[in-house]
Amino acid sequence: MYFDSLTAAWDMAGHGPYVWSAYAITLAVVASLIILPHRRARRAQQLLVRAPSGGTSDADQDPTKGGDNASQA
Amino acid sequence: MRSDSLGFCRQLFVRHLRCGVRRVEEVFNSLVFFLMVVTLFPLGIGPDSNTLRELSPGIFWVVALLSALSVSGRLFSADFEDGSLEQLAVSGHPLGLCAMAEVLAHWVLSGLTLVVAAPVFALMLNMVPAAIPTLMLSLVLGTLCLSLLGGIGAALTVGVRRGALLLSLVMIPLTVPVLIFGTSAVGEAAIGYDPSRWIALMGAFAAMGLLLAPLAIGAGLRISLEQ
Amino acid sequence: MWKIIHKFGSPPWFFRFATKAVQWLLPLMLIALAVGCVWGLLYAPPDFRQGNSYRIIFIHVPAAVVALAGYYVMAFAGLVSLVWKIKMADVAMRAVAPVGAALTFVALVTGAIWGKPTWGAWWVWDARITSMLILLFLYVGVVALFEAYENPEVAAKACAVLSLVGTVNIPIIYKSVDWWYSLHQPASIKFTGESAIDASMLYPLLVNIGAFYLLFAVVVMMNMRATLLETHTNAAWLREAVD
Repeated sequence: MYFDSLTAAWDMAGHGPYVWSAYAITLAVVASLIILPHRRARRAQQLLVRAPSGGTSDADQDPTKGGDNASQA
Repeated sequence: MRSDSLGFCRQLFVRHLRCGVRRVEEVFNSLVFFLMVVTLFPLGIGPDSNTLRELSPGIFWVVALLSALSVSGRLFSADFEDGSLEQLAVSGHPLGLCAMAEVLAHWVLSGLTLVVAAPVFALMLNMVPAAIPTLMLSLVLGTLCLSLLGGIGAALTVGVRRGALLLSLVMIPLTVPVLIFGTSAVGEAAIGYDPSRWIALMGAFAAMGLLLAPLAIGAGLRISLEQ
Repeated sequence: MWKIIHKFGSPPWFFRFATKAVQWLLPLMLIALAVGCVWGLLYAPPDFRQGNSYRIIFIHVPAAVVALAGYYVMAFAGLVSLVWKIKMADVAMRAVAPVGAALTFVALVTGAIWGKPTWGAWWVWDARITSMLILLFLYVGVVALFEAYENPEVAAKACAVLSLVGTVNIPIIYKSVDWWYSLHQPASIKFTGESAIDASMLYPLLVNIGAFYLLFAVVVMMNMRATLLETHTNAAWLREAVD
């Protein structure tokens, strides 16, 4: 590591607040960019599974099968 | 495109011009609007003539942009509302070209009147007199660009609620080059340099606009009519 | 090539593809991002002139690069939608717009934060930041236009036209802002420095640029998946894919 200690890395010779806040804001935006569509997809998927089959005549369709969880990234 | 399309569009253009000239209050209103906004700047910045002189190219062009924006909103709305736009769309004439007739008539009425009135406003802002011819030339081309861009924005937003605000939102970033070319041209002329580079750039932008705007405006109007 | 476009144009195919792609690429992206950030923050040496504040470059530049590229992706999707009338292109365009806007926002904020210790001011009207700001306006215009129309199909067409107009304009805007800036501030320091960037700084930058491109692809695909789930509620293929 370039810095001598963790405190030195936090301080960055006075530039610490700028660098760390910039990274924090960026990572917050990145996190929300990922979480929002994930939530949207999950919600839509749950509605899909719960709703009675609209156009299919598939008798095997079991709405109480419960949501997925494994197929989501 | 019908064989008589060009003639038809020329007639449209003349008709829009005549209608616009008859509604003198509209032309008058836009000039007064311009005068009022020009007055706001010294009120806001201070009456110091040197500051005003330095800032005058920028102020002039910002005001020109704002008035172009406020006027573009009404470009197609009347025809949209009374159904004549739909008639044009199914008439067999190219919609973009017909729309251009209206846009160009609009330019003559609003943009070119601004060019004629420009020296008065320029002197109010204490602009260097030597820069005024350049100002007028750049305005001829610049207002054309602004009318074309306004036409594109209006075509996309004519059927939408609160379209005026959306129009500004959509148009302003696209007009940045016009602003920059215009102020640079006048600014250079004011300090005695040759502005032809900027005028040429503005001219190129206008030429490109004349070629591409009919496509965008036609597409935009059809989309708005689909709603 | 035509086959590929057709494949992507099919919602069932795309849904399955995107689900798998996200499963693989999301972890990969997170790793790349972590590597790039840790490297840039803690292991790269400080800059000779700017000291440690330059480390913001490792997030500012990738965000800016992908934000600009994203606009072209959006415009291309718009073109495909208008010309070949492929619905999935509409979905793609709708997914890209807010992501691009968010990344532009990140580029602007990190640029401003970088500016304070470097040049003493929170906001400096230099060519690059000003161009980024205008790019943000262009994105916001597209998003606003989408929301303004009630019919999403018609909205997509309008946004396609707008993004194409914007695409033609972007090089002109960037160039004119460049000229504007050099006209008013002749002796200026370019934001990322014209000096050649050292390898020890270049590599983490490249890693993060890659990470941000992956982020873009992953998030857009996730958004498209979510839109498909929301709108194709009666499609049998969707239920099968989900169960």
